[in-house]
Amino acid sequence: MTELTKLTIAQARDEMAKGAFTATELTEAHLRAMEAKRDLNAYITETADLAREQAKASDLRRQAGKAGALEGIPLGIKDLFCTKGVQTTAASHILQGFTPPYESTVSGKLLDAGAVTLGKLNLDEFAMGSSNMTSYYGKVTNPWKSTSEPAKQLVPGGSSGGSAAAVAARIAMGATGTDTGGSIRQPAAFCGITGIKPTYGRCSRWGIVAFASSLDQAGPMARTVRDCAIMLGTMAGHDPKDSTSAPMPVPDFEAALTGDIRGLKVGIPREYRPDGLSDEIQAVWEQGIAWLKEAGATPVEISLPHTKYALPTYYIVAPAEASSNLARYDGLRFGLRVEGKTLDDMYKKTRAAGFGSEVRRRIMIGTYVLSAGYYDAYYSKAQKVRRLIAEDFTQAFRQVDVILTPTAPSAAFGMDENTDDPVTMWLNDIFTIPTSLAGLPGLSLPAGLNASGLPLGLQLIGRPFDEETVFKVAGVMEAAAQFTHLPEGV
Amino acid sequence: MSLDKAAVRAIAELARIEVADEELDHLAGELSGILHFVEQLAEVDTNGVAPMSSVADLTLPMRKDEVTDGGQVAAVLANAPAADDGFFTVPKVVE
Repeated sequence: MTELTKLTIAQARDEMAKGAFTATELTEAHLRAMEAKRDLNAYITETADLAREQAKASDLRRQAGKAGALEGIPLGIKDLFCTKGVQTTAASHILQGFTPPYESTVSGKLLDAGAVTLGKLNLDEFAMGSSNMTSYYGKVTNPWKSTSEPAKQLVPGGSSGGSAAAVAARIAMGATGTDTGGSIRQPAAFCGITGIKPTYGRCSRWGIVAFASSLDQAGPMARTVRDCAIMLGTMAGHDPKDSTSAPMPVPDFEAALTGDIRGLKVGIPREYRPDGLSDEIQAVWEQGIAWLKEAGATPVEISLPHTKYALPTYYIVAPAEASSNLARYDGLRFGLRVEGKTLDDMYKKTRAAGFGSEVRRRIMIGTYVLSAGYYDAYYSKAQKVRRLIAEDFTQAFRQVDVILTPTAPSAAFGMDENTDDPVTMWLNDIFTIPTSLAGLPGLSLPAGLNASGLPLGLQLIGRPFDEETVFKVAGVMEAAAQFTHLPEGV
Repeated sequence: MSLDKAAVRAIAELARIEVADEELDHLAGELSGILHFVEQLAEVDTNGVAPMSSVADLTLPMRKDEVTDGGQVAAVLANAPAADDGFFTVPKVVE
């Protein structure tokens, strides 16, 4: 029965429709696997009892002929999505004890489609990080091990590190992630799974703990392109409760997987080949280009001239928005409270005790760049450069249908690496941040292993609201890559 | 721009985060490093470029001005660290 955890969502869906096994059996298999893999620390909160109830209800719905698109599929939910009656932490001390009285739109849609939720997945505190090391609930271990240094503990990437580790370790069939600057794509690459940040506005942000509201976007993480397409079809859609969610119909993403990319033009941006890009990343990128050529697509060299300014732009815009969003944590309405002599004293003590160092750093930078006298020099300047970065993509998409790049500049790194200087850690997101600033869909899929047996990801970037082309091309690359490697102990 | 201890103290005050005096030096170094990094944007010519506040090319929608939710005092207060008689409570602000 443990083999049930190795099925893809599409396989489990089709098998359950045939009556091969029940949602209860599938859920129990996952609950057992979760218990066996607690050392990864992928889940902050396991909700086994709730999952069993949901599975039972799912089996009854199926018997009644009312199966939804994700009927009986066990999923994990990033602990940034508010879940009714289940503790929601954002991996921060400051939300201690917070149990939302409501369900986020995206997780609610998954439940309405029949999904079973296994628990709340670990992440970097408030989704700020690229290593999942900033969680108040402890770091997450990447289930993959380097063959050259098997004793080394590797990070799963971040911020959706728990989601990526759980899907890779087969303790969730799929998971929700959120992506502000690469938080779905980089951990997907580090853990050898597939994840897509859809176009900004495709999924409702309502009920997701806010980090940087002009960038935050929910998306699926799963083991195949098809599984991501199935999940996104359920997660997406207009929501009157999020005024930035797009009033657009949701296409049948799964139907886009035709396998036919003949005649498509694939942009290869020359700025994504900086000096010092590692040979292994370069090689996997070349391999990706070759696969697309074999399938009848045409690579076209393009230029995205403002690429090098994306990282500094992001590190003004995102902290600025975060400093505003996180002002709500005041010790008053929810979460942690540290008593003080005055109201101000209580605010300051609560926020000092409740926020970790990376979050505090970003709030302070954001506060500074928004403060009187510096707003124009920093924030307004960054918003202008952001427009130039977005326009680079608009220009490029006049020539090409999709863009192919590496997802991250390296494979998963050790827990003791990249920790000295915040800017070094941020460099992990150099290939994902431009897409976020432009609001475009970006998908990462595993393309191969490096010399140490660690997964490497490639990123496909599409036009706004053209996830279908991204999925179609990703499906062709996935078929060519034949990535069947498994992490340790799976 | 390099920040000194006084500047960091002022930012912390604005952000309502208590910072111990012995942490100020370290934070000043870290925040100055970040500012130095982002200041490379100065070299980009942005004359005539409008600031981009959102990628969503949408006019914020209007809806009917009517109550759609409310009357949930118990649910709203359920997560409060301290509440009394239907209100959030705070330290005394008036002597």
